[in-house]
Amino acid sequence: MIFDIVREAIDVRAIEASVLAPSCGGIVSFCGVVRKRADDGREVEGLHYEAHEGMARASFMAIAEEVRATMPEVRLAIVHRVGALSIGEVAVAVVAAAPHRAEAFAAARFAIDALKERSPIWKQERYCDGERVWVENRCSGERQ
Amino acid sequence: MPVVRLVAFARLRELLGDRRDIVLADGASVGDLWEALVREEPRLTEFARGTRFARNNRLCSAEALVCEGDEIALLPPFGGG
Repeated sequence: MIFDIVREAIDVRAIEASVLAPSCGGIVSFCGVVRKRADDGREVEGLHYEAHEGMARASFMAIAEEVRATMPEVRLAIVHRVGALSIGEVAVAVVAAAPHRAEAFAAARFAIDALKERSPIWKQERYCDGERVWVENRCSGERQ
Repeated sequence: MPVVRLVAFARLRELLGDRRDIVLADGASVGDLWEALVREEPRLTEFARGTRFARNNRLCSAEALVCEGDEIALLPPFGGG
């Protein structure tokens, strides 16, 4: 099982192979992909991601630990890419394998939502007009 | 006088540089470090509410005291995924 920050293209099939086990009857792979239009409709040329890599990896493992606490048979992997990404490239992959599909879907959904809220990763939208803006996740917490 | 390693990300990195060593007074807190940085770069003020701190890879409060060799990270609101 893989929990990592990478600079090169994410190999989703390799991640799936890392979590698949004879006990698993289903595997759910969620990929976050760079899209052409920002939420406000502006045309995007690409994205740039950066991370506090040590804390991000630790947050992925903590998310997996939480999944194991409620769904012990789920096998989870989380990989996020950093650096410059173009339209259509995979920015993040969350892969959950389980004996049955319900747990696999639930674990993948929980993990990507938790990552967006808790993992110290940042995204800059680079628009076709040359402007660059750091974009926050709506669920990212503020200082208490 | 402890020397700490400052690391910053996203817009804060653009304003402060990605990492550097900073000398603080004995007994200084993470909040004292932030205030010193705001004096140096007043544009940080607008990020005060959204920025969280981490000391040696763990989230911490502004009241946390810094020690020699600590890594203090400035974490603006997250945008991963």
